[in-house]
Amino acid sequence: MVRRIGLTLFILFLLIPIYWLVTMSFKSNQEIITQLSLWPSDWTLEHYRTIFDHPDWRGAFLHSLSYVLINVAITLPLAIPAAYAFSRFNFLGDKHLFFWLLTNLMAPPAVFLIPYFQLYHSIHLFDTVFAVALAHTLFNLPLAVWILEGFMSGVPREIDETAYLDGYSLPRFFIKIFLPLIGSGIGVAAFFCFMFSWIELLLVQTLTTTNATPIPTMMGSAFTASGTNWGLLAAAGTLTLVPGVIVIWFVRNRIASGFALGRV
Amino acid sequence: MNDNRFSDNRAWFLALPAVLMVAFASLIPFMAVVNYSVQIVFSMQNHAFVGWETFRDALTNEEFRSAFYRQVIYTAIVLGVEVPLGIGVALTMPRSGKAVGPVLVVLALPLLVPWNVVGLIWQIFSRGDIGLFGAFVNNWLHLDYNYSTGFFSAWFTVIIMSVWHWTSLVALLCYAGLCAIPGAFYQAARIDGASRWAVFRFIELPKLRGVLTIAILLRFVYSFKVYAEPLIVTGGGPGSTTTFMTEMLANTALGQFEYGKAAAYGLLYFLVILLISYIFYIVLTRVGTNEGGE
Repeated sequence: MVRRIGLTLFILFLLIPIYWLVTMSFKSNQEIITQLSLWPSDWTLEHYRTIFDHPDWRGAFLHSLSYVLINVAITLPLAIPAAYAFSRFNFLGDKHLFFWLLTNLMAPPAVFLIPYFQLYHSIHLFDTVFAVALAHTLFNLPLAVWILEGFMSGVPREIDETAYLDGYSLPRFFIKIFLPLIGSGIGVAAFFCFMFSWIELLLVQTLTTTNATPIPTMMGSAFTASGTNWGLLAAAGTLTLVPGVIVIWFVRNRIASGFALGRV
Repeated sequence: MNDNRFSDNRAWFLALPAVLMVAFASLIPFMAVVNYSVQIVFSMQNHAFVGWETFRDALTNEEFRSAFYRQVIYTAIVLGVEVPLGIGVALTMPRSGKAVGPVLVVLALPLLVPWNVVGLIWQIFSRGDIGLFGAFVNNWLHLDYNYSTGFFSAWFTVIIMSVWHWTSLVALLCYAGLCAIPGAFYQAARIDGASRWAVFRFIELPKLRGVLTIAILLRFVYSFKVYAEPLIVTGGGPGSTTTFMTEMLANTALGQFEYGKAAAYGLLYFLVILLISYIFYIVLTRVGTNEGGE
Protein backbone atom coordinates (compact mmCIF):
# COMPACT_ATOMS: atom_id res chain seq x y z
CA MET A 1 0.00 0.00 0.00
CA VAL A 2 2.78 2.38 0.96
CA ARG A 3 4.48 1.34 -2.25
CA ARG A 4 1.48 2.24 -4.33
CA ILE A 5 1.14 5.66 -2.69
CA GLY A 6 4.84 6.36 -3.26
CA LEU A 7 4.64 5.39 -6.91
CA THR A 8 1.46 7.41 -7.41
CA LEU A 9 3.08 10.49 -5.90
CA PHE A 10 6.09 10.12 -8.17
CA ILE A 11 3.90 9.71 -11.25
CA LEU A 12 1.93 12.81 -10.25
CA PHE A 13 5.21 14.69 -9.88
CA LEU A 14 6.10 13.65 -13.45
CA LEU A 15 2.70 14.37 -14.95
CA ILE A 16 1.61 17.65 -13.34
CA PRO A 17 4.17 19.86 -15.16
CA ILE A 18 3.25 18.16 -18.45
CA TYR A 19 -0.45 18.63 -17.66
CA TRP A 20 0.18 22.33 -17.07
CA LEU A 21 1.97 22.64 -20.43
CA VAL A 22 -0.73 20.81 -22.37
CA THR A 23 -3.68 22.65 -20.82
CA MET A 24 -1.90 25.97 -21.27
CA SER A 25 -1.65 25.30 -25.00
CA PHE A 26 -5.47 25.30 -25.17
CA LYS A 27 -5.93 28.55 -23.25
CA SER A 28 -6.01 32.00 -24.79
CA ASN A 29 -3.08 34.24 -23.96
CA GLN A 30 -5.52 36.52 -22.14
CA GLU A 31 -6.50 33.67 -19.83
CA ILE A 32 -2.89 32.52 -19.30
CA ILE A 33 -1.81 35.91 -18.05
CA THR A 34 -4.85 36.94 -16.04
CA GLN A 35 -5.95 33.81 -14.23
CA LEU A 36 -4.50 30.57 -12.98
CA SER A 37 -7.09 28.07 -14.11
CA LEU A 38 -6.58 24.34 -13.70
CA TRP A 39 -8.85 23.69 -16.64
CA PRO A 40 -9.11 25.97 -19.72
CA SER A 41 -12.28 28.01 -19.18
CA ASP A 42 -12.45 28.77 -22.86
CA TRP A 43 -10.90 26.11 -25.10
CA THR A 44 -9.10 27.49 -28.10
CA LEU A 45 -7.16 25.91 -30.94
CA GLU A 46 -5.79 29.29 -31.97
CA HIS A 47 -2.15 28.45 -31.10
CA TYR A 48 -2.21 25.16 -32.96
CA ARG A 49 -3.79 26.89 -35.94
CA THR A 50 -0.96 29.44 -35.93
CA ILE A 51 1.61 26.66 -36.00
CA PHE A 52 -0.04 24.66 -38.75
CA ASP A 53 -0.74 27.73 -40.88
CA HIS A 54 2.68 29.30 -40.60
CA PRO A 55 5.21 27.94 -43.14
CA ASP A 56 8.12 28.70 -40.79
CA TRP A 57 6.65 26.56 -38.01
CA ARG A 58 5.73 23.75 -40.39
CA GLY A 59 9.25 23.94 -41.80
CA ALA A 60 10.78 23.78 -38.32
CA PHE A 61 8.93 20.55 -37.50
CA LEU A 62 9.86 19.14 -40.90
CA HIS A 63 13.55 20.03 -40.45
CA SER A 64 13.69 18.51 -36.98
CA LEU A 65 12.05 15.29 -38.11
CA SER A 66 14.32 15.13 -41.19
CA TYR A 67 17.61 15.32 -39.38
CA VAL A 68 16.45 12.77 -36.81
CA LEU A 69 15.38 10.30 -39.51
CA ILE A 70 18.49 10.91 -41.66
CA ASN A 71 20.61 10.37 -38.59
CA VAL A 72 18.94 7.01 -37.85
CA ALA A 73 19.31 6.05 -41.54
CA ILE A 74 23.04 6.82 -41.46
CA THR A 75 23.72 5.35 -38.02
CA LEU A 76 22.13 1.91 -38.22
CA PRO A 77 23.72 0.60 -41.48
CA LEU A 78 27.16 1.67 -40.19
CA ALA A 79 26.63 0.40 -36.64
CA ILE A 80 25.28 -3.08 -37.47
CA PRO A 81 28.43 -4.46 -39.22
CA ALA A 82 30.70 -2.77 -36.69
CA ALA A 83 28.77 -4.26 -33.77
CA TYR A 84 28.97 -7.66 -35.45
CA ALA A 85 32.74 -7.30 -35.77
CA PHE A 86 33.10 -6.42 -32.08
CA SER A 87 30.78 -9.16 -30.87
CA ARG A 88 32.16 -12.00 -33.02
CA PHE A 89 35.77 -11.34 -33.94
CA ASN A 90 39.08 -10.88 -32.24
CA PHE A 91 41.07 -8.38 -34.25
CA LEU A 92 44.04 -6.11 -33.91
CA GLY A 93 43.26 -3.26 -31.54
CA ASP A 94 39.61 -4.23 -31.05
CA LYS A 95 39.43 -3.32 -27.35
CA HIS A 96 41.13 0.03 -27.87
CA LEU A 97 38.88 0.84 -30.78
CA PHE A 98 35.77 -0.02 -28.76
CA PHE A 99 36.93 2.11 -25.87
CA TRP A 100 37.69 5.02 -28.19
CA LEU A 101 34.19 4.77 -29.65
CA LEU A 102 32.69 4.88 -26.15
CA THR A 103 34.68 7.95 -25.13
CA ASN A 104 32.69 9.84 -27.74
CA LEU A 105 29.56 9.21 -25.69
CA MET A 106 31.16 11.17 -22.88
CA ALA A 107 32.50 13.99 -25.01
CA PRO A 108 30.71 17.27 -24.31
CA PRO A 109 29.44 18.60 -27.67
CA ALA A 110 30.33 22.11 -26.51
CA VAL A 111 34.00 21.26 -27.05
CA PHE A 112 33.39 20.72 -30.75
CA LEU A 113 31.34 23.82 -31.49
CA ILE A 114 33.94 25.84 -33.40
CA PRO A 115 35.50 22.98 -35.38
CA TYR A 116 32.02 21.81 -36.38
CA PHE A 117 31.09 25.27 -37.50
CA GLN A 118 34.19 25.40 -39.71
CA LEU A 119 34.07 21.79 -40.87
CA TYR A 120 30.50 21.98 -42.14
CA HIS A 121 31.12 25.37 -43.69
CA SER A 122 34.09 24.02 -45.62
CA ILE A 123 32.13 21.07 -47.03
CA HIS A 124 29.14 23.33 -47.82
CA LEU A 125 26.72 21.49 -45.58
CA PHE A 126 26.32 24.26 -43.02
CA ASP A 127 22.69 25.21 -42.37
CA THR A 128 21.30 21.98 -43.81
CA VAL A 129 19.61 19.09 -42.05
CA PHE A 130 22.48 16.87 -43.24
CA ALA A 131 25.00 18.79 -41.14
CA VAL A 132 22.96 18.14 -38.01
CA ALA A 133 22.35 14.50 -38.93
CA LEU A 134 26.10 13.94 -39.46
CA ALA A 135 27.04 15.83 -36.29
CA HIS A 136 24.66 13.72 -34.20
CA THR A 137 26.49 10.56 -35.26
CA LEU A 138 29.15 11.78 -32.79
CA PHE A 139 27.20 10.21 -29.93
CA ASN A 140 24.57 8.12 -31.74
CA LEU A 141 26.90 5.86 -33.69
CA PRO A 142 28.96 4.75 -30.64
CA LEU A 143 25.70 4.31 -28.73
CA ALA A 144 24.17 2.15 -31.47
CA VAL A 145 27.33 0.02 -31.71
CA TRP A 146 27.25 -0.47 -27.95
CA ILE A 147 23.57 -1.44 -27.79
CA LEU A 148 23.77 -3.75 -30.81
CA GLU A 149 26.96 -5.40 -29.58
CA GLY A 150 25.09 -6.32 -26.40
CA PHE A 151 22.18 -7.84 -28.28
CA MET A 152 24.44 -9.68 -30.74
CA SER A 153 26.56 -11.17 -27.96
CA GLY A 154 23.33 -12.64 -26.58
CA VAL A 155 22.96 -14.73 -29.75
CA PRO A 156 24.99 -17.97 -29.40
CA ARG A 157 28.01 -18.16 -31.68
CA GLU A 158 27.07 -21.74 -32.62
CA ILE A 159 24.42 -20.28 -34.91
CA ASP A 160 27.11 -18.58 -36.99
CA GLU A 161 29.23 -21.73 -37.09
CA THR A 162 26.33 -23.96 -38.14
CA ALA A 163 25.40 -21.53 -40.90
CA TYR A 164 28.95 -21.47 -42.26
CA LEU A 165 29.07 -25.29 -42.22
CA ASP A 166 25.80 -25.30 -44.15
CA GLY A 167 27.54 -23.24 -46.83
CA TYR A 168 26.07 -19.82 -46.10
CA SER A 169 28.25 -16.89 -47.13
CA LEU A 170 28.66 -14.07 -44.59
CA PRO A 171 26.33 -11.58 -46.32
CA ARG A 172 23.65 -14.22 -46.94
CA PHE A 173 23.86 -15.54 -43.37
CA PHE A 174 23.69 -11.98 -42.09
CA ILE A 175 20.55 -11.01 -43.97
CA LYS A 176 18.67 -14.33 -43.88
CA ILE A 177 19.44 -15.53 -40.36
CA PHE A 178 21.22 -13.03 -38.16
CA LEU A 179 19.29 -9.78 -38.70
CA PRO A 180 15.90 -11.34 -37.86
CA LEU A 181 17.42 -12.74 -34.64
CA ILE A 182 18.51 -9.31 -33.41
CA GLY A 183 15.42 -7.48 -34.68
CA SER A 184 14.45 -6.22 -31.25
CA GLY A 185 18.01 -4.99 -30.69
CA ILE A 186 17.81 -2.94 -33.88
CA GLY A 187 14.49 -1.56 -32.69
CA VAL A 188 15.96 -0.53 -29.34
CA ALA A 189 19.00 1.03 -31.01
CA ALA A 190 16.78 2.99 -33.41
CA PHE A 191 14.67 4.14 -30.46
CA PHE A 192 17.66 5.56 -28.59
CA CYS A 193 19.16 7.16 -31.72
CA PHE A 194 15.81 8.81 -32.42
CA MET A 195 15.53 9.99 -28.85
CA PHE A 196 19.02 11.46 -28.48
CA SER A 197 18.83 13.22 -31.84
CA TRP A 198 15.33 14.56 -31.15
CA ILE A 199 16.18 16.07 -27.75
CA GLU A 200 19.60 17.57 -28.56
CA LEU A 201 19.85 21.35 -28.62
CA LEU A 202 23.37 22.75 -28.68
CA LEU A 203 24.64 21.27 -31.97
CA VAL A 204 21.32 21.88 -33.69
CA GLN A 205 21.43 25.55 -32.83
CA THR A 206 25.07 25.91 -33.83
CA LEU A 207 24.79 24.21 -37.20
CA THR A 208 21.65 25.87 -38.54
CA THR A 209 20.62 29.45 -39.20
CA THR A 210 17.88 30.37 -41.65
CA ASN A 211 17.40 27.58 -44.19
CA ALA A 212 17.14 24.64 -41.86
CA THR A 213 15.62 26.34 -38.82
CA PRO A 214 14.74 23.62 -36.28
CA ILE A 215 12.01 23.72 -33.64
CA PRO A 216 14.16 25.07 -30.75
CA THR A 217 15.17 28.12 -32.79
CA MET A 218 11.57 28.79 -33.80
CA MET A 219 10.54 28.48 -30.16
CA GLY A 220 13.27 30.90 -29.18
CA SER A 221 11.78 33.45 -31.57
CA ALA A 222 8.49 33.39 -29.62
CA PHE A 223 10.23 35.38 -26.86
CA THR A 224 9.93 38.89 -28.25
CA ALA A 225 10.43 42.34 -26.82
CA SER A 226 6.70 43.01 -26.98
CA GLY A 227 6.01 40.07 -24.69
CA THR A 228 6.18 36.31 -24.81
CA ASN A 229 3.53 34.35 -26.66
CA TRP A 230 3.14 31.71 -23.94
CA GLY A 231 0.21 29.94 -25.56
CA LEU A 232 2.12 29.47 -28.80
CA LEU A 233 5.18 28.17 -26.95
CA ALA A 234 3.04 25.74 -24.96
CA ALA A 235 1.39 24.47 -28.16
CA ALA A 236 4.77 23.98 -29.86
CA GLY A 237 6.12 22.25 -26.76
CA THR A 238 3.10 19.96 -26.65
CA LEU A 239 3.60 19.03 -30.31
CA THR A 240 7.25 18.10 -29.66
CA LEU A 241 6.01 15.50 -27.14
CA VAL A 242 3.98 13.67 -29.79
CA PRO A 243 6.77 11.79 -31.62
CA GLY A 244 8.20 10.70 -28.27
CA VAL A 245 4.86 9.35 -27.07
CA ILE A 246 4.32 7.48 -30.34
CA VAL A 247 7.81 5.98 -30.26
CA ILE A 248 7.50 4.94 -26.60
CA TRP A 249 4.15 3.31 -27.23
CA PHE A 250 5.62 1.13 -29.96
CA VAL A 251 8.62 0.00 -27.94
CA ARG A 252 6.99 -0.11 -24.49
CA ASN A 253 7.44 -3.86 -24.19
CA ARG A 254 11.09 -3.60 -25.14
CA ILE A 255 11.98 -0.60 -23.00
CA ALA A 256 12.77 -2.79 -20.01
CA SER A 257 14.97 -5.15 -22.03
CA GLY A 258 16.74 -2.23 -23.68
CA PHE A 259 17.42 -0.67 -20.32
CA ALA A 260 18.34 -4.05 -18.87
CA LEU A 261 21.30 -4.16 -21.20
CA GLY A 262 22.07 -0.85 -19.65
CA ARG A 263 23.33 0.40 -22.92
CA VAL A 264 21.86 3.85 -22.93
CA MET B 1 32.77 -8.46 -25.73
CA ASN B 2 33.25 -12.07 -24.68
CA ASP B 3 36.55 -13.86 -25.08
CA ASN B 4 35.15 -16.70 -27.11
CA ARG B 5 35.54 -15.05 -30.51
CA PHE B 6 36.93 -15.90 -33.92
CA SER B 7 40.37 -14.44 -34.57
CA ASP B 8 40.24 -12.61 -37.85
CA ASN B 9 41.75 -9.24 -38.68
CA ARG B 10 39.49 -8.94 -41.70
CA ALA B 11 36.78 -7.94 -39.20
CA TRP B 12 38.38 -4.50 -39.42
CA PHE B 13 36.59 -4.09 -42.73
CA LEU B 14 33.24 -4.52 -40.97
CA ALA B 15 34.11 -1.91 -38.39
CA LEU B 16 35.79 0.44 -40.84
CA PRO B 17 32.73 2.37 -42.13
CA ALA B 18 31.64 3.18 -38.57
CA VAL B 19 35.19 4.09 -37.57
CA LEU B 20 35.56 6.46 -40.54
CA MET B 21 32.23 8.10 -39.74
CA VAL B 22 33.12 8.63 -36.08
CA ALA B 23 36.56 9.86 -37.12
CA PHE B 24 34.87 12.44 -39.31
CA ALA B 25 32.40 13.42 -36.60
CA SER B 26 34.83 13.39 -33.71
CA LEU B 27 38.51 12.86 -34.46
CA ILE B 28 38.94 15.64 -37.04
CA PRO B 29 37.17 18.25 -34.88
CA PHE B 30 39.06 16.97 -31.86
CA MET B 31 42.41 17.52 -33.62
CA ALA B 32 41.28 21.02 -34.54
CA VAL B 33 40.47 21.66 -30.88
CA VAL B 34 43.91 20.42 -29.82
CA ASN B 35 45.45 22.71 -32.43
CA TYR B 36 43.50 25.74 -31.25
CA SER B 37 44.16 25.02 -27.61
CA VAL B 38 47.82 26.02 -27.88
CA GLN B 39 47.16 29.24 -29.78
CA ILE B 40 45.63 32.62 -29.41
CA VAL B 41 43.29 33.04 -32.36
CA PHE B 42 42.81 36.65 -33.39
CA SER B 43 41.11 35.74 -36.65
CA MET B 44 41.11 32.80 -39.03
CA GLN B 45 44.26 34.13 -40.74
CA ASN B 46 45.99 35.40 -37.66
CA HIS B 47 47.07 32.85 -35.05
CA ALA B 48 49.85 32.98 -32.51
CA PHE B 49 51.35 29.92 -30.88
CA VAL B 50 51.35 30.27 -27.10
CA GLY B 51 51.85 26.67 -25.97
CA TRP B 52 50.71 25.84 -22.46
CA GLU B 53 49.71 29.44 -21.78
CA THR B 54 46.01 28.79 -22.46
CA PHE B 55 45.95 25.81 -20.10
CA ARG B 56 47.72 27.73 -17.36
CA ASP B 57 45.23 30.51 -17.88
CA ALA B 58 42.32 28.06 -17.58
CA LEU B 59 43.55 26.71 -14.26
CA THR B 60 43.80 30.18 -12.76
CA ASN B 61 40.87 31.79 -14.57
CA GLU B 62 38.10 32.77 -12.16
CA GLU B 63 35.31 32.20 -14.70
CA PHE B 64 36.50 28.68 -15.49
CA ARG B 65 37.08 27.72 -11.88
CA SER B 66 33.80 29.01 -10.54
CA ALA B 67 31.86 27.32 -13.36
CA PHE B 68 33.74 24.12 -12.58
CA TYR B 69 32.98 24.27 -8.83
CA ARG B 70 29.32 25.01 -9.54
CA GLN B 71 29.25 22.08 -11.92
CA VAL B 72 30.72 19.71 -9.31
CA ILE B 73 28.21 20.84 -6.65
CA TYR B 74 25.29 20.56 -9.08
CA THR B 75 26.33 17.07 -10.18
CA ALA B 76 26.85 15.93 -6.58
CA ILE B 77 23.39 17.12 -5.47
CA VAL B 78 21.67 15.74 -8.54
CA LEU B 79 23.31 12.31 -8.17
CA GLY B 80 22.62 12.32 -4.43
CA VAL B 81 18.90 12.84 -5.00
CA GLU B 82 18.28 10.91 -8.20
CA VAL B 83 20.09 7.66 -7.45
CA PRO B 84 18.34 6.83 -4.12
CA LEU B 85 15.01 8.13 -5.42
CA GLY B 86 15.37 6.13 -8.62
CA ILE B 87 16.09 2.94 -6.65
CA GLY B 88 13.07 3.68 -4.46
CA VAL B 89 10.79 4.19 -7.43
CA ALA B 90 12.05 1.00 -9.07
CA LEU B 91 11.21 -0.96 -5.89
CA THR B 92 7.62 0.31 -5.93
CA MET B 93 6.97 -0.42 -9.62
CA PRO B 94 4.66 -3.35 -10.40
CA ARG B 95 6.42 -6.37 -11.93
CA SER B 96 3.34 -7.85 -13.58
CA GLY B 97 -0.23 -7.01 -14.41
CA LYS B 98 -1.97 -4.43 -16.53
CA ALA B 99 -0.33 -1.44 -14.89
CA VAL B 100 3.19 -2.32 -16.13
CA GLY B 101 2.81 -0.90 -19.64
CA PRO B 102 1.31 2.49 -18.69
CA VAL B 103 3.76 2.93 -15.77
CA LEU B 104 6.73 2.30 -18.07
CA VAL B 105 5.39 4.74 -20.66
CA VAL B 106 4.79 7.49 -18.10
CA LEU B 107 8.22 7.02 -16.57
CA ALA B 108 9.96 7.08 -19.95
CA LEU B 109 8.07 10.21 -21.04
CA PRO B 110 10.33 12.89 -19.47
CA LEU B 111 13.36 11.27 -21.14
CA LEU B 112 11.89 11.91 -24.59
CA VAL B 113 11.05 15.56 -24.08
CA PRO B 114 13.45 17.80 -26.07
CA TRP B 115 15.82 19.52 -23.67
CA ASN B 116 14.67 23.02 -24.51
CA VAL B 117 11.06 21.94 -23.93
CA VAL B 118 12.04 20.57 -20.49
CA GLY B 119 13.24 24.10 -19.80
CA LEU B 120 10.00 25.55 -21.14
CA ILE B 121 7.86 23.18 -19.08
CA TRP B 122 9.60 24.20 -15.86
CA GLN B 123 9.61 27.84 -16.84
CA ILE B 124 5.84 28.03 -17.26
CA PHE B 125 5.35 25.77 -14.26
CA SER B 126 7.51 27.74 -11.81
CA ARG B 127 6.90 31.34 -12.81
CA GLY B 128 5.19 33.33 -10.12
CA ASP B 129 2.65 34.88 -12.50
CA ILE B 130 1.58 32.11 -14.89
CA GLY B 131 2.99 28.99 -13.25
CA LEU B 132 1.01 26.59 -11.11
CA PHE B 133 3.95 25.71 -8.89
CA GLY B 134 5.33 29.23 -8.64
CA ALA B 135 1.94 30.66 -7.75
CA PHE B 136 1.34 27.88 -5.24
CA VAL B 137 4.60 28.54 -3.41
CA ASN B 138 4.22 32.30 -3.47
CA ASN B 139 0.51 32.68 -2.76
CA TRP B 140 -0.35 29.68 -0.60
CA LEU B 141 2.90 28.88 1.16
CA HIS B 142 3.89 32.56 1.26
CA LEU B 143 7.50 31.80 0.48
CA ASP B 144 9.52 34.23 -1.56
CA TYR B 145 10.19 32.10 -4.64
CA ASN B 146 11.46 33.64 -7.85
CA TYR B 147 14.00 31.70 -9.88
CA SER B 148 15.23 34.69 -11.88
CA THR B 149 16.21 36.78 -8.84
CA GLY B 150 16.67 34.42 -5.90
CA PHE B 151 19.81 32.32 -5.56
CA PHE B 152 18.12 29.50 -3.66
CA SER B 153 15.03 29.59 -5.87
CA ALA B 154 17.20 29.29 -8.99
CA TRP B 155 19.19 26.37 -7.62
CA PHE B 156 16.07 24.67 -6.31
CA THR B 157 14.46 25.00 -9.75
CA VAL B 158 17.40 23.64 -11.75
CA ILE B 159 17.75 20.70 -9.37
CA ILE B 160 14.07 19.74 -9.19
CA MET B 161 13.98 20.05 -12.98
CA SER B 162 16.85 17.58 -13.27
CA VAL B 163 15.12 15.24 -10.80
CA TRP B 164 11.95 15.44 -12.89
CA HIS B 165 13.85 14.86 -16.11
CA TRP B 166 16.28 12.10 -15.21
CA THR B 167 15.14 10.09 -12.14
CA SER B 168 13.22 7.85 -14.55
CA LEU B 169 16.46 6.78 -16.18
CA VAL B 170 17.79 5.43 -12.86
CA ALA B 171 14.39 3.94 -12.03
CA LEU B 172 14.02 2.15 -15.38
CA LEU B 173 17.55 0.75 -15.25
CA CYS B 174 17.06 -0.51 -11.68
CA TYR B 175 13.63 -1.89 -12.56
CA ALA B 176 15.19 -3.91 -15.36
CA GLY B 177 17.81 -5.15 -12.90
CA LEU B 178 15.19 -6.09 -10.29
CA CYS B 179 13.13 -7.99 -12.85
CA ALA B 180 16.16 -10.13 -13.60
CA ILE B 181 16.42 -11.45 -10.01
CA PRO B 182 15.16 -15.06 -9.90
CA GLY B 183 12.13 -15.68 -7.68
CA ALA B 184 14.05 -18.41 -5.81
CA PHE B 185 16.14 -15.73 -4.09
CA TYR B 186 13.03 -14.16 -2.57
CA GLN B 187 11.65 -17.55 -1.53
CA ALA B 188 14.90 -18.41 0.23
CA ALA B 189 14.80 -15.07 2.03
CA ARG B 190 11.20 -15.70 3.13
CA ILE B 191 12.13 -19.12 4.52
CA ASP B 192 14.98 -17.49 6.46
CA GLY B 193 12.53 -14.89 7.77
CA ALA B 194 14.58 -12.03 6.38
CA SER B 195 13.26 -8.48 6.90
CA ARG B 196 12.39 -6.22 3.96
CA TRP B 197 15.55 -4.25 4.62
CA ALA B 198 17.68 -7.41 4.69
CA VAL B 199 16.18 -8.52 1.37
CA PHE B 200 17.10 -5.18 -0.13
CA ARG B 201 20.54 -5.02 1.43
CA PHE B 202 21.71 -8.57 0.76
CA ILE B 203 19.76 -9.66 -2.32
CA GLU B 204 18.54 -6.71 -4.36
CA LEU B 205 21.35 -4.21 -3.91
CA PRO B 206 24.18 -6.63 -4.87
CA LYS B 207 22.19 -7.74 -7.90
CA LEU B 208 21.64 -4.14 -8.92
CA ARG B 209 25.33 -3.36 -8.93
CA GLY B 210 25.77 -3.72 -12.67
CA VAL B 211 22.85 -1.51 -13.66
CA LEU B 212 23.58 0.97 -10.87
CA THR B 213 27.12 1.38 -12.14
CA ILE B 214 25.77 2.26 -15.55
CA ALA B 215 23.05 4.52 -14.10
CA ILE B 216 25.52 6.46 -11.98
CA LEU B 217 28.00 6.77 -14.84
CA LEU B 218 25.33 8.00 -17.23
CA ARG B 219 23.87 10.44 -14.74
CA PHE B 220 27.34 11.73 -13.97
CA VAL B 221 28.20 12.26 -17.62
CA TYR B 222 24.88 13.83 -18.61
CA SER B 223 24.62 16.08 -15.56
CA PHE B 224 28.17 17.24 -16.17
CA LYS B 225 27.22 18.16 -19.74
CA VAL B 226 23.95 19.88 -18.75
CA TYR B 227 23.17 22.90 -20.91
CA ALA B 228 19.72 23.63 -22.32
CA GLU B 229 17.49 23.17 -19.29
CA PRO B 230 19.12 25.65 -16.85
CA LEU B 231 19.91 28.01 -19.72
CA ILE B 232 16.27 28.33 -20.70
CA VAL B 233 14.89 28.61 -17.18
CA THR B 234 17.42 30.76 -15.37
CA GLY B 235 19.64 31.94 -18.26
CA GLY B 236 22.58 31.03 -16.04
CA GLY B 237 21.52 33.56 -13.46
CA PRO B 238 20.88 35.29 -11.19
CA GLY B 239 24.29 36.74 -11.98
CA SER B 240 26.15 33.65 -13.09
CA THR B 241 25.14 31.46 -10.15
CA THR B 242 23.67 28.73 -12.38
CA THR B 243 26.12 29.03 -15.29
CA PHE B 244 27.53 25.53 -15.70
CA MET B 245 30.47 24.26 -17.74
CA THR B 246 28.86 23.85 -21.16
CA GLU B 247 27.21 27.25 -21.02
CA MET B 248 30.45 28.88 -19.91
CA LEU B 249 32.24 27.14 -22.78
CA ALA B 250 29.60 28.11 -25.35
CA ASN B 251 29.82 31.72 -24.15
CA THR B 252 33.60 31.73 -24.46
CA ALA B 253 33.56 30.18 -27.91
CA LEU B 254 30.53 31.72 -29.58
CA GLY B 255 29.97 34.83 -27.49
CA GLN B 256 33.50 36.11 -27.01
CA PHE B 257 35.12 34.31 -30.00
CA GLU B 258 38.08 33.28 -27.88
CA TYR B 259 38.74 30.06 -29.75
CA GLY B 260 42.08 29.22 -28.17
CA LYS B 261 40.79 29.70 -24.67
CA ALA B 262 37.57 27.82 -25.37
CA ALA B 263 39.55 24.94 -26.87
CA ALA B 264 41.82 24.66 -23.84
CA TYR B 265 38.82 24.83 -21.49
CA GLY B 266 37.05 22.21 -23.58
CA LEU B 267 39.97 19.78 -23.49
CA LEU B 268 40.29 20.10 -19.72
CA TYR B 269 36.52 19.63 -19.39
CA PHE B 270 36.60 16.48 -21.54
CA LEU B 271 39.60 15.09 -19.62
CA VAL B 272 37.87 15.64 -16.29
CA ILE B 273 34.77 13.78 -17.50
CA LEU B 274 36.87 10.87 -18.76
CA LEU B 275 38.94 10.75 -15.58
CA ILE B 276 35.99 10.85 -13.16
CA SER B 277 34.06 8.31 -15.26
CA TYR B 278 37.07 6.01 -15.09
CA ILE B 279 37.38 6.41 -11.32
CA PHE B 280 33.63 5.81 -10.85
CA TYR B 281 33.86 2.72 -13.00
CA ILE B 282 36.80 1.25 -11.10
CA VAL B 283 35.32 2.03 -7.68
CA LEU B 284 31.82 0.82 -8.51
CA THR B 285 32.97 -2.45 -10.04
CA ARG B 286 35.37 -3.23 -7.18
CA VAL B 287 33.49 -2.08 -4.09
CA GLY B 288 31.51 -4.76 -2.31
CA THR B 289 32.74 -7.62 -4.49
CA ASN B 290 33.47 -9.60 -1.30
CA GLU B 291 29.82 -9.52 -0.23
CA GLY B 292 28.56 -12.23 -2.53
CA GLY B 293 27.58 -9.90 -5.34
CA GLU B 294 28.35 -10.75 -8.91
